[in-house]
Amino acid sequence: MIARLKQMLIKEFIQAFRDKRARFILFVPPIVQMLIFGYAATFEIQHVPTVILDLDHSQESRELVSRFSSSPYFNVQGYLTNHREIGDFIDQGKATVALQIDAGFAQSLSKGQTAPLQVIVDATNSNTALIAAGYINQIAMGFAHDYQQDHIYRISPQLIDRLPNVQLEQRPWYNPDLRSRWFFVPGIVGSLTLVLVTTLTAFAVVREREIGTLEQIMVTPIRPAEFILGKTIPFFLIGLFDVSLIATLGTLWFQVPFRGRVIVLFTGAILFLLCMLGVGLLISTVSSTQQQAMVTSFFFIMPAVVFSGFGFPISTMPPWLQYLTYLSPLRYFLVVLRGTYLKGVGFEILWPQMLAMAVLGTSLLTLAVLRFHKAVD
Amino acid sequence: MSFTRFVAVARKEVIQILRDTRSLSIVILMPVILVLLFGYGVSLDLKHLPVYVWDRDGSQQSQDLLKRFQASDYFDVVRVVSDYPTLVRAIDDGRAKMGVVIPWDFSRRLHDGRTAQVQALVDASDDNTANVLIGYSQALVQGYSSQVQLDWLRKRGQSGQLAPLSVDTRTWYNEDLESSAFIIPGVLALVMSVIGAFLTSLTIAREWERGSMEQLISTPVTALEVMLGKLVPYFMIGMFDVVVCTGLALYWFRVPFRGSFATLLFSSALFMVVVLSLGFFISVIAKSQLAASQIALVVTFLPAFLLSGFLYAIEQMPVVLQWITRILPARYYVSILKQVFLKGTPTQFLYADLVPLTIFAIVLGLLATGAFHKKLI
Repeated sequence: MIARLKQMLIKEFIQAFRDKRARFILFVPPIVQMLIFGYAATFEIQHVPTVILDLDHSQESRELVSRFSSSPYFNVQGYLTNHREIGDFIDQGKATVALQIDAGFAQSLSKGQTAPLQVIVDATNSNTALIAAGYINQIAMGFAHDYQQDHIYRISPQLIDRLPNVQLEQRPWYNPDLRSRWFFVPGIVGSLTLVLVTTLTAFAVVREREIGTLEQIMVTPIRPAEFILGKTIPFFLIGLFDVSLIATLGTLWFQVPFRGRVIVLFTGAILFLLCMLGVGLLISTVSSTQQQAMVTSFFFIMPAVVFSGFGFPISTMPPWLQYLTYLSPLRYFLVVLRGTYLKGVGFEILWPQMLAMAVLGTSLLTLAVLRFHKAVD
Repeated sequence: MSFTRFVAVARKEVIQILRDTRSLSIVILMPVILVLLFGYGVSLDLKHLPVYVWDRDGSQQSQDLLKRFQASDYFDVVRVVSDYPTLVRAIDDGRAKMGVVIPWDFSRRLHDGRTAQVQALVDASDDNTANVLIGYSQALVQGYSSQVQLDWLRKRGQSGQLAPLSVDTRTWYNEDLESSAFIIPGVLALVMSVIGAFLTSLTIAREWERGSMEQLISTPVTALEVMLGKLVPYFMIGMFDVVVCTGLALYWFRVPFRGSFATLLFSSALFMVVVLSLGFFISVIAKSQLAASQIALVVTFLPAFLLSGFLYAIEQMPVVLQWITRILPARYYVSILKQVFLKGTPTQFLYADLVPLTIFAIVLGLLATGAFHKKLI
């Protein structure tokens, strides 16, 4: 048994590392993807192109405008003189936000009426629009608050000292500067491993079937169990190597802190790899050509990534979809990744995720092995 | 170039596609599934975020403030705790996204006319959610503070104003800030990348891998006829998928369509030529299906997913990456899609995107023909 398995493993490793192209596939795409993903994936917004139409020309309106021009979130592209220009700027995509202060702004303020600030946002990208609107509100509220204080001070300087006030002291834990990269990089480790291990495993078996070498192997004394082990062990090791490679790159290149223990991450990675090998084998049992295997893996990969909470919070999905997310192994691995990277938590917190992956992995592998026996017979 | 020979090759390809019922059904189902996946699964409309509170004061005022949190749509006050470790644990394991702590001297400070600070401990491992949480909490606390101040002033016979400034926001093109309207148009680019590059590169690599390409070459068929015969069926499938996706977007997700349908079809055809040429090119270089699929992933799918502005705003990427996006056809196609669907930009304003896309189609088409030619000789 051990001897046969050893032969099978030797053959698999030779095949995996045989030529330059094969070695290239194993290591270069993950690194390239990590770099592109790490730089491109961000929901932070800064320097939103903004145009301003100030029809009031008062000290108050200028004060409000200067709060926007000094904010890192907005980048004032121009000061307009009439209303029609707003349409041009936004239609042609030269500005995402337009602020309009109507004549009579300062007057309304001084009379104690509510003065409006008109905001027009290009919501083609609904996310940018949502966040930009949030920042606009914060700036406007700051202005209103300061104006109120000034107003009270003018009425009576003594009052202001005794005015009660409530402030929010925010403490963003784990990621104090709110960097998108810190959120995405641990997730990339998981999603890249998922793509790589699933497709490699599926392809490895299907290729033998497509070329016809599977039958040749089956007439040798090797048993199906040995064949499966021989096929999966190399990809398990390659997967583990790639996880370490990508994880190291994330910490060293992108400077994402790693606060947990390596052993916790690796336990999670091993359990996750079991799930992925199971999925890859399952795909190979239902595909007879590599093209089929590719398309089928694609159908697994896309939902598995979208429903994992990789880029979009699971809590924003419709409830019936949220139940589906429990089937995505990546969902659990992402909690482990972000938990070890950012939160620095250990098994005492992450055991439910580990357990879920162990259960999913064992069932997937069992199912794959059962189906595989049938497919071979 | 003989039309009959071209038809013969195309017929062979169509028969091969039709024979493989699974690949065929997937090709037709895939756009449907991708549109549903992204339409339902991708959303950043954060609401009902789980919040734990710890009221150390237990006064009327602190309860008033907490009631505002309870009444808000954005927060879901799931538990009231009475010690710090429970709060920390809940944030660590993700049951709470935020912990609100009201200090023990909250009401006394307000009574004495001092500043009372409310603490918000935010799980910032997801920076976007944290940003939204902080924004809404700020607004809420500020609103409460204004109310407290106003009451205080009125008690002393002074006038004041609850909100001196109102922000009146209008969101253009996507009035309800629907994530689906922002995401779904870009899904077309994903679908076409998959059909064009993945499937074609695999079908042609398969011919090389199995040796049937040499058989094909030994027939009187010319290189151009082989290429066109192979690509035209996939072109048709791609265009069919464009119509399916658009139909789903308009009638299922109610995404607005404000531009011209002719422009949509024309730019889709151009993009299809681009991805088909790329897929063909890849298959000529790669020779094996595994290599072809991995290269296609890095060259077509990832750029369409990450660097096209489909999900992540290009303006927010590092400058170097922004330059790289200029040499990616997907960027121009996604830009056209978003404008045609949401903005209804007249065609003459789309030249900035249409011209580069046309150039890509011509250059890549010629390159692919040339590369294949050389390979034959």
